[in-house]
Amino acid sequence: MRLTQGTFSFLPDLSDEQIRAQIEYCLRNGWAVSLEHTGDPHPRNVYWEMFGLPLFDLKDGAAVMAALDECRRAFPNRYIKLNAFDATRGWESLRLSFIVNRPKHEPGFALQRTEAAGRNIRYTAQPNATVRPEGERY
Amino acid sequence: MAARENVPLDLEALYRDSNVHAALEALDRELVGLAPVKTRVREIAALLLVEKLRRSVGLEAAAPSLHMSFTGNPGTGKTTVAMRMAAILHGLGYVRKGHLVAVTRDDLVGQFIGHTAPKTKEVLKRAMGGVLFIDEAYYLHRPENERDYGQEAIEILLQVMENQREDLVVILAGYRERMERFFASNPGLASRIAHHIDFPDYTDEELFAIAELMLSRMQYRLSEDAAQALREYIALRRRQPHFANARSIRNALDRARLRHASRLFARRDRPLASADLMTLEAEDIRASRVFRGGAQGAS
Repeated sequence: MRLTQGTFSFLPDLSDEQIRAQIEYCLRNGWAVSLEHTGDPHPRNVYWEMFGLPLFDLKDGAAVMAALDECRRAFPNRYIKLNAFDATRGWESLRLSFIVNRPKHEPGFALQRTEAAGRNIRYTAQPNATVRPEGERY
Repeated sequence: MAARENVPLDLEALYRDSNVHAALEALDRELVGLAPVKTRVREIAALLLVEKLRRSVGLEAAAPSLHMSFTGNPGTGKTTVAMRMAAILHGLGYVRKGHLVAVTRDDLVGQFIGHTAPKTKEVLKRAMGGVLFIDEAYYLHRPENERDYGQEAIEILLQVMENQREDLVVILAGYRERMERFFASNPGLASRIAHHIDFPDYTDEELFAIAELMLSRMQYRLSEDAAQALREYIALRRRQPHFANARSIRNALDRARLRHASRLFARRDRPLASADLMTLEAEDIRASRVFRGGAQGAS
């Protein structure tokens, strides 16, 4: 099952060229680009791990692409997303965030039912990948 | 792709359309002297234009290596030309953004183990798409201390200069003898730099022309006597220690402006014309210590 999250979740994955164009757009607007990765695709998992520091003061996207290549080499089988942070007063938050790398095989989510009081049922989505410990997923 | 032959090509139009035209004109107009430097800049511009044309007809056109070293005495215009170079390379589409990042040893080399690599990489990332100008590059290499972190910075620099040639242009600058020694002890670096450009010292005439250019940019002018005084000043200043070509001239002019202002202020009870505000008189220049045999770091 293909995980969809972030800005371009409704589109097919961007090509490197398209990613590069998005990066240039971010830099033109003065946003700081950063990379994050994770093995846990649960939608409530908002704290992914940072890959290096956010890249401040850049003029050109080549440096981000180099960092992305490095990250993909280090974590070819993890989700990687690219974030752009706007430090302008009043925004001070992410303006753009999209997935740039995903595992070759995405096992999807399992629906778990828990019996609660009074025959109520509570539903939870559990990523199948997280059944196994980190490092053995995917 | 097979090359099409006998397609009429318009190099002139390409030259006119690229903004390199304006940058080269400005180089000629705003920089005095420096004939060998200008020739080399023109050659590089011509090479890049022809490469561009070759690519347009499908001929093999590998991006040439454009890392440079600028050597010359202080105040001969190395930084200024580097800035122009960034604009020219941008006009020719060789670098994508055309900004100049000027750094020295302090910006590249860290203070403890493991600090240098991230610091150097950070600077390189900032410079991507533009020109990295390393002033007094020989300080990166400290032969007396083999554990100096400078070597690490050089190695990272070399790697990027080789592998990401299309992403940035590196310009190393410094005094000639020390740069030569620096290259001799770092052959890897020397062999990756295609263009060694030497900046000659300015002649007295050129320095005077520079002074006039600086003054007109600041909207000042010299009276006839002052012009004569400035010529004498230049000839004298050159023989004194710490002479730094155009930089010495700029400092001298700044001090002349100071004296000019205090002269006007001293006689503030009398009426002033706008011409008085613009004109430097001989006394503003002749008051300099240079005319009294000079002193260390003469003013």
